[in-house]
Amino acid sequence: MNLQIAAQINSFLAAFVLLTAFAMLVQKRIYSLIHIFAWQGLLLSINTAIVGYVANKHHLYISSIMTLSLKVFVLPYILHVLVVRLKIRKEVETLVNIPMTMLIGLALVIFSYHLMAPVSELSHLITKSTLAIALATVLIGLLMMITRKHAVTQIIGFLAMENGLFFAATSATYGMPLVVELGVALDVLIAAFIFGIFFFHIHTTFDSLDVEQMAKLKEGD
Amino acid sequence: MTLLILLGVPLVAALILAFVGERKLAPEINIFGSAATCAAGFMLALQVYEQGPMMAGGKFFFVDAFNVYLAVLTSFVSMTTAVFSRRYMRREVEHGRVGHVQMRFYHAMFQLFIFAMLLCLLTNNIGVLWIAMELATLSTVLLVSLYRTPTAIEAAWKYFILCGVGISQALFGTVLLYFAAEKVLGEGGEALLWTNLSQVSGQLEPTVLSLAFVFLMVGYGTKVGLVPLHNWLPDAHSEGPTPISAVLSGLLLNIALYALVRCKVLVDGATHSHQAGNIMMGFGLLSVLVAAFSLLRQKDIKRMFSYSSIEHMGITTFAFGLGGPIATFGALLHMLVHSLAKSAIFFTVGHASQMHRTQDMDKIRGLFKGNPLVGWGMMFGVMAIVGMPPFGIFTSEFLILTATIKDAPLLTPFLLLGLGVAFAGLFRKVQQMVSGDIPDNQRSLKVAHLPVLLHMGLVLIIGLYLPDFLSRWFHTAVELLK
Amino acid sequence: MMLGRLVTELLQVALLVGAAPLFVGWVRMLKCWTQGRTSASLLQPYRDLAKLFSKDVVLAENASWIFRFTPYLVFGTTIIAGAVVPMLTINLPLAPIADVIVLVGLFAIARFFTALAGMDIGTAFGGMGSSREMMVASLAEPAMLMAIFTVSLANKSTSLSHIAEVMYSGQSLLKPSLAFAFIAFILITLAETGRIPVDNPSTHLELTMLHEAMVLEYSGRHLALIEWAGMMKLFLFMALGSALFFPWGIAISDGPLEIAGAGIIILAKLAASGIVLVVIETGLAKMRLFRLTEFLGSAFLMATLGMLSFFILE
Repeated sequence: MNLQIAAQINSFLAAFVLLTAFAMLVQKRIYSLIHIFAWQGLLLSINTAIVGYVANKHHLYISSIMTLSLKVFVLPYILHVLVVRLKIRKEVETLVNIPMTMLIGLALVIFSYHLMAPVSELSHLITKSTLAIALATVLIGLLMMITRKHAVTQIIGFLAMENGLFFAATSATYGMPLVVELGVALDVLIAAFIFGIFFFHIHTTFDSLDVEQMAKLKEGD
Repeated sequence: MTLLILLGVPLVAALILAFVGERKLAPEINIFGSAATCAAGFMLALQVYEQGPMMAGGKFFFVDAFNVYLAVLTSFVSMTTAVFSRRYMRREVEHGRVGHVQMRFYHAMFQLFIFAMLLCLLTNNIGVLWIAMELATLSTVLLVSLYRTPTAIEAAWKYFILCGVGISQALFGTVLLYFAAEKVLGEGGEALLWTNLSQVSGQLEPTVLSLAFVFLMVGYGTKVGLVPLHNWLPDAHSEGPTPISAVLSGLLLNIALYALVRCKVLVDGATHSHQAGNIMMGFGLLSVLVAAFSLLRQKDIKRMFSYSSIEHMGITTFAFGLGGPIATFGALLHMLVHSLAKSAIFFTVGHASQMHRTQDMDKIRGLFKGNPLVGWGMMFGVMAIVGMPPFGIFTSEFLILTATIKDAPLLTPFLLLGLGVAFAGLFRKVQQMVSGDIPDNQRSLKVAHLPVLLHMGLVLIIGLYLPDFLSRWFHTAVELLK
Repeated sequence: MMLGRLVTELLQVALLVGAAPLFVGWVRMLKCWTQGRTSASLLQPYRDLAKLFSKDVVLAENASWIFRFTPYLVFGTTIIAGAVVPMLTINLPLAPIADVIVLVGLFAIARFFTALAGMDIGTAFGGMGSSREMMVASLAEPAMLMAIFTVSLANKSTSLSHIAEVMYSGQSLLKPSLAFAFIAFILITLAETGRIPVDNPSTHLELTMLHEAMVLEYSGRHLALIEWAGMMKLFLFMALGSALFFPWGIAISDGPLEIAGAGIIILAKLAASGIVLVVIETGLAKMRLFRLTEFLGSAFLMATLGMLSFFILE
C-alpha cells in the first residue's frame, strides 16, 4: 500500500471518527449510543492496523487487536448488559438543546484545529493531520459528559474521550510505547468494572440513573 | 532490591487482604504490611542518601532525593493511618456502617492505593506515572462510596468523573510530550524515561512542550485539587471513611503535585522561560484565596479541613511555580509538614466525629474535657496548619513568603490575605469544638494515640530544629528541580 | 461548434422539462411497490398536468399581479437553473454565466415569490405555509451554501462545469470533506424538494403540509406550472447531486454519440437515485415541524464538518 493512499484512508477514517463523535453527542437513545461507540472503536482499530502496516510498527497490531476486543466487544457488551439489567429504556433529555450542542461541538473542532496546527506542522508522519481530529474527539467526549444527565451517557462520554486519546497517540507518534498502551487498557478495564458496580449502587440508592438527583452535596451545607 | 520490597509488599498485602480482609486479624496484617513498606522506604532512603540517585529494573525505576523523600513520607503516613484505621474501622463495623465484604474491600484497596502511589513516585517512565495515577484514583473511588449512603455515592461519582476527565487531559499532555521527545530520543520506551528527557530537555520543541504543559496542568491539577478544578475534593474527603480522607489529603494530593513538578522541570528546560511557573503560580494563588474564603462557610468538619488542604496545596503549587532555591525548599518542606499535620488532624477529626456520631461542627463540643488527646491533638494540629510557630508549617510558610516578597512582591498581599482568612476561619470553628462542657451526645471511646502523637511530634521537631540530614536532603532536591 | 453546443443546451433543457414528470412517476411507482400497492402508470404525472392545463383558472377577487406572475416566474427560473447544471455535457455554453451560488439564488427567487404569492390572497393556509416554508428555507439555505462551498473548496472552483470536470478526473477521490458534503447534500435535497421527513408530498393534511399550503389557492394552468416546476426541481437536485459527486458518464467532448450516451447514463443514474430516494422515504417518518431544526441542524453540521475536515485533513 503506498503512502499516499494510506494517508487518504487515514484521514477518511479520521473524518468518520469525528462523525461518530458528533453522532454520540446528539444521539438520545442509549442503545444507539452504545452501538455508535462500538463503531467508533472499530474505526479506530482499523485505523491503527493500517497505520501499523504502513509505518511497519508491529506493536500497533497488538494495540489494534486490543482496541478491537476491548472497545468493540467487551465494553459495549458490558454496557449493554447493564442497560438491560437495569431496565433503562427512557430517552434521555439533554441539558442543552441539540442544535446548540452541535454548534458548541463545531466550535470545539475549530478550537482544536487552531491548538494543534503548530504541532502538526512539526510532524512528518502521514497521520499528522488527524491530531486535531483526535483532540476534537476528546473535547467532544468532554462536552457530552457535561451536557448529559444520565450516568450511562456520562460513562460513554468518558470512554469516547479515552478513544480520542488513543487516537491522538496513534496519530501523533504512531502509538505510545507498548507498556503504556497496555497500562492504559488495563486502567480502562478496571474503570469499566468500577462503573459497573457504580451503576448498581446508584440504581439501588436513587432508583434511577439520572445524576440530576445527585445534587445534595452543595457548597456551604 | 529494597525497591522491589517497597513496591512488592503493598501489592502482596493487597492480594492477601483481598481474601482475608474481613477476618479479625486483617487490621494487623494491614498494619504489618504498611510497616514493612515503611521500613523498606527508610532503607531505600538511606541507600539514596549514601550513594546518590540510582536506577533499577533496566531504567524503569528511578530514585533521587526528591521522590525518595516523598516515598518515605507516603509509606510512613500510610503506616500510621493503618494503625489509626484499626480502631476506627472496628468501631464503624460495630456501628453497622460497613459490612464484612466492605471491610475486605477496604483493606485490599488501601494497600493497592499505597502501591499505586509508590509506583507513581518511583517510576521513571512518565507514561507509567500516568497509569499509576489513574490506578490510585480508581482504587480510592469505591472507598469513598464505602458507606453506600446517597451522599457518599454522589461524592464518589463526582470524584470518579471529574478525576477521570482531568486525568485524561494529562494523558493528552503526555502524548504531546512523547511526540516532542520522540524527535530527539527516537522511538520506543526510552523516549518516555524521565532521566533521558531531563538530559535533553533543552532540545525539546518549546511550542509543543508549553502546549503539553497546559494539558498536564489541567490534568494533574485536578488531582491536586487546584481551583477551579477542585469540586470533587471536599465531597470525596467528607463522605469517605476518615482514614481515606487522611491519606487522600496527606498523600494523594502530594503525589499529583509531584507529577506536575516533574513535568514542569522538563518544560522549563525546553522553553527557557518562566511560563510554566507563572501558570502554576496563578492556579496556586487562586486556590489559596478561594479555599480560604470557602473555609468560612463550612458546617461539616471534614469538608472544612479538605478546603484547608486545597489551600495548602495552593501554597505549595504557588511556591513551586515561583521557583528559586528558597521557594522550592519551602515547598518541599511544606509538602512534608502539611502531610503530617493534616493527617494528624484527620485522625482527631475521625475520633471526634465518632464520639459525637456526626460531622456537623455545631454538634461537636467539649473535646478537651471529653478526650484530651483528641481535643489537644486537634487544637495543636490546627495551630500547626494555620502556620503558628513553633510548628514546621510556620517555617515553610515563612520561607515561601520571604521568597514571594523577593521575587513577586505584588502577590504577597494576596497570599497573606488567604493565609489570614484561613487562620481566622479555622481557629474560630475549632475553638468552639474543643472548649466547653461535654455535650449530651458525646460518648467516650478508646482512641489510637500513637499516630497523632507521632505526627504532631515530628511537625514540632521540624519546626524547632530542622535536622541536618533533612535540610541537606532538601538542598539536593532543590538542585534537581532547578 | 457553437451551434452544436447550443443544440446540446436546448436538448438538456428539453430533457429536464420532458423527463421531470417521468421521474416523478417513477418515484411514485417505486413507492407504491414498496408499500404493496398497485401503482398508477409511469405516465400519470403527464396526464395530471394535461388535465390541469385544460382547466380554467379560478382567481380570488383580491389576487394581485404577484399571484398571477409567480407561476411563470417559478417555471422560468427552474428552467434557467436547468440550463446551467451539467447533465449531458461539461461544455455547456451557459455554464460560464452562472456558478453554484447563482444556482442557489435562482431557487431562492422562486421560493421568495412562492411565499409572497401564498400570502397574497390573505387566507390562513397560505400565510401559514409561507411562514413554514421560510422557516425551513432559513435553515436549509445556509446548510446548502455550506455544502456547496465545501465542494467548491475541494475542487477549487465555484463553477459547476469545472467542479464536474475535476471530479471526473478522479483527483478528488476519497476526500472526507466530499463525503460529508454529500451526506449534507442528501439531507438538504430532502428538505428543499419537500420530501419525507420534512414534508409529505402526497398529502394535503392541513396541520402538517408546508409547500402544499402555500399553493393551495392555485388552479388550472397556474397550478400546472407550479407542479411542473416542483417536479423539475426534484429532477434538478438529483442531477446536481450526480454532477457534483458522481459525474462519471457525462460527455467531455461535443460528439453527438457521446452526448447521446451521456443522456442514457444520466437517465440511468436518475432512476437509481429515485430508488435511493424511495428507500430513504420509506425508512423515515414525517418529522414534527419543531424537530426540523434538529434535522436541518444536522445538515448544517455535516456541511461544516466537511469544510473543517477540508482544512484539517487535506
